[in-house]
Amino acid sequence: MDPAGQTLHPADEAQLAEAVAAAVASETPVAVAGGGTRSGLGRPVEAGALIDTRGMSGVLFYEPGELVLSARAGTPLAEIVAMLDAEGQELACEPMDFAALSGLDPAEASGTLGGMVAAGVAGPRRIRAGAVRDHVLGFRCVTGRAEPIKSGGRVMKNVTGYDLSKLVTASHGTLCVLTEVTVKVLPKPETQATLVLHGLDDAAAVAALTRASGTPHEGSSFAHVPEGTSPDGIARTAIRLEGPEVSVSARVADMIRDVAGSAETSTLDAGASATFWNDLRDGLPVVAGEGQVWRISVAPTAGPVVMTAIRAAGVPVLAHAYDWAGGLIWLRVEAAGDAHADAIRAAVAAAGGGHATLFRADDDVRRAVPVFQPQPSALAALTARVKHAFDPVRVLNRGRMREDL
Amino acid sequence: MLTMPKPDEHAFARREELVARLREILPAASVIDSETERRAYDCDAFTMYRQLPLVVALPETVPQVAAVLKLAREMDVKVVPRGAGTSLSGGSMPLEDGILLSMMKFNRVLEIDWENRCAVVQPGVTNLGITKAVEHRGFYYAPDPSSQIACSIGGNVAENSGGVHCLKYGLTTNNLLGIEMVTMEGEVIRLGGKHLDPDGYDLMGVMTGSEGLLGVVTEVTVRILQKPQTARGLLIGFPSVAAGADTVGAIIGAGIIPGGLEMMDRPAILAAEDFCAPGYPRDAESLLICELDGTPSEVDALVDRVSAIARDNGATFLKVSETEEERLGFWAGRKNAFPAVGAIGPDYLCMDGTIPRGRLAEVLTGMQSLAEKHGLRVANVFHAGDGNLHPLILYDANKPGDIEKAEEFGGDILKLCVEVGGVLTGEHGVGVEKRDLMGTMFDETDLKQQQRLKCAFDPTQRLNPGKVFPTLHRCAELGHMHVHRGQVPFPHLPRF
Repeated sequence: MDPAGQTLHPADEAQLAEAVAAAVASETPVAVAGGGTRSGLGRPVEAGALIDTRGMSGVLFYEPGELVLSARAGTPLAEIVAMLDAEGQELACEPMDFAALSGLDPAEASGTLGGMVAAGVAGPRRIRAGAVRDHVLGFRCVTGRAEPIKSGGRVMKNVTGYDLSKLVTASHGTLCVLTEVTVKVLPKPETQATLVLHGLDDAAAVAALTRASGTPHEGSSFAHVPEGTSPDGIARTAIRLEGPEVSVSARVADMIRDVAGSAETSTLDAGASATFWNDLRDGLPVVAGEGQVWRISVAPTAGPVVMTAIRAAGVPVLAHAYDWAGGLIWLRVEAAGDAHADAIRAAVAAAGGGHATLFRADDDVRRAVPVFQPQPSALAALTARVKHAFDPVRVLNRGRMREDL
Repeated sequence: MLTMPKPDEHAFARREELVARLREILPAASVIDSETERRAYDCDAFTMYRQLPLVVALPETVPQVAAVLKLAREMDVKVVPRGAGTSLSGGSMPLEDGILLSMMKFNRVLEIDWENRCAVVQPGVTNLGITKAVEHRGFYYAPDPSSQIACSIGGNVAENSGGVHCLKYGLTTNNLLGIEMVTMEGEVIRLGGKHLDPDGYDLMGVMTGSEGLLGVVTEVTVRILQKPQTARGLLIGFPSVAAGADTVGAIIGAGIIPGGLEMMDRPAILAAEDFCAPGYPRDAESLLICELDGTPSEVDALVDRVSAIARDNGATFLKVSETEEERLGFWAGRKNAFPAVGAIGPDYLCMDGTIPRGRLAEVLTGMQSLAEKHGLRVANVFHAGDGNLHPLILYDANKPGDIEKAEEFGGDILKLCVEVGGVLTGEHGVGVEKRDLMGTMFDETDLKQQQRLKCAFDPTQRLNPGKVFPTLHRCAELGHMHVHRGQVPFPHLPRF
């Protein structure tokens, strides 16, 4: 995204509404960004101006006993994470930090709360704790009609009107510009440890992870970093266990008994475990290095099947890893003009369906190749009508998700 | 009293033709035409309002659902989708000028995918039916509304149902992986599947809790979970409501998320004890039932910590379950609370609102003042962990004016919930019951935007009209934009 026009810095919702109103009146599409760490995600936006949301910043309330935090959308995520950490709490969905993927310095680049919601990319604990969408309780925003609206609330159980929090999450700023977000937070587990099985191939690893996630030992994350991707060349199949100390050590032992089979095992202590999963959350084992990056979501058992099909189709794979017990594939491939999209998506379809998102590629490739999974016509038409309901002139992040949105 | 949209005379006039056309689409037994048989469908569990549906259709296949919807569109008739009809807010109340589309013939478990920990079921399968289908291998479906023995999973999707376990394990929306739905155009759309996270806009998230206004769900894929290794219950009595409420905050503030955390006030405790004698302390002003689940060592440690927190907050009664039988015994009173309260008064109105947990004591006190104002009694059982209240307002339907008083009292309670930062409904939905209160939570702009979303799914507003939204706008008028260049109050902002 490199809008040719000016950058606007609304300081509050009213100024934002005015900025959007002006964009609508002149039919000038605007790009929306917070910290800009996710600007490489989606199709490049063709816009006459940029709305920078970082002026709308600050935590509005945080009540640890209520497990709820509300902040303006431009608040740096790092600030929120630090504030929660001081109270022994966290964003349990582990939102991805895009700095590494985007080649930015993590110390300098911070995503915002609004960006977290707009991109909606959760980390390894998603399989147990839920996605970003599961933690958004309510929000305020300005729609593409330049109207400020609110939805949801600050309580966990709520069936009052449509659940627009789900709709705006991962809508990539194409429906409205968020101004405030209220999220559910959770206590940080007292400790964590990671059981590692060594040397398994993809199929054996995912079978072990499937077994592990089907036990009552409450693993919270299940991943496999294969031989070719692991930095030291040893395939690692990892199972994270979190909770009180007494429970974690007992469950590690239970997992070894029920899952490890004849595989050699080791255990990462709390610090090493946290580092392993934070790195995986950001795609690090796979995204470091040249090439295009895909993020593929399928049924867990389909993971290795999809990878086999991708290789069989001749796609030049540089690195890959599995999260979500095999259901999430991080994939780096040699760059190509079509990003090997057809072969990758055909493999996903043949394995029972899911979706493949082109997570990193040059602008021209992301313009030419559908970045998000193409949809059947009835769903695509419904999606376009939903966009129209919020942003009929298509002023907000025009083209980011699809050329016609 | 609630008013419904003016019935469409045109629909009555063409009723015979509609029935005949439905019989061309559906098997004979799937079209219910006679008044006697339609009488069985004249209300859902919100029994205060009853009206006969124009006709009842019970399709058996997805193409039949699509055909019924296409026909309704062609003949300009309204459609009310319905599962088991257990909605407590009138969400599936029939319309006298509309087809009642019952999904109860969609009652099969289609697939259990153990390895991917999910089940694919038809919408008419009951909530408990899913657990029954998977429990022999130690799995269960987590959301557990009180009506789980009867309510359908399709209805759970429509109402985003919760229950005791949802504090820890989430509501319906957090346990869905995919749905198949039919739009009012008769098009079949799949959202999600066995994989995690949607592609594109999260329309499955929007469908969940949309109260049958956006589409008809024909298949549901849910996550199934392994049962925790063990669960233990604590029964904790307090000398005041405030002490019980403070304990709830203290448990969660200490980083403990119980599998269930329920509270009852004195009228409810006494009613339950009289009804089934679960061993509740009669002298307590409030009672907490706390269930801790997980590995045995973890649960033992948490039981000690919760006990200490309870004692610190002035608990006067504390009992920890030592056996599974005892744990279930603790729950017996809570699970029977509604019939128990039913036994102490001729009728009751079950309300449903959610508040921030920290305002619990204040809201309960406020509720007592309202009880005096309206001259009616109220008993409270609620999901304390997530702030979801269920005040049960006692009244006598045979006493003139009592129904109206109960409704006014209920409305005042919900307004109080919104005033303290809560919402109108936690798990029962808006339906017709709370439709006219939507304006206390949302302004006109908020509501119009929600209705625009409805228009994206159902442009001619045939699907379940009269529910959720107080005023029906035509989609065409909702489409207007009013942006006036040159009339902006922030002239210092740059223009483009």
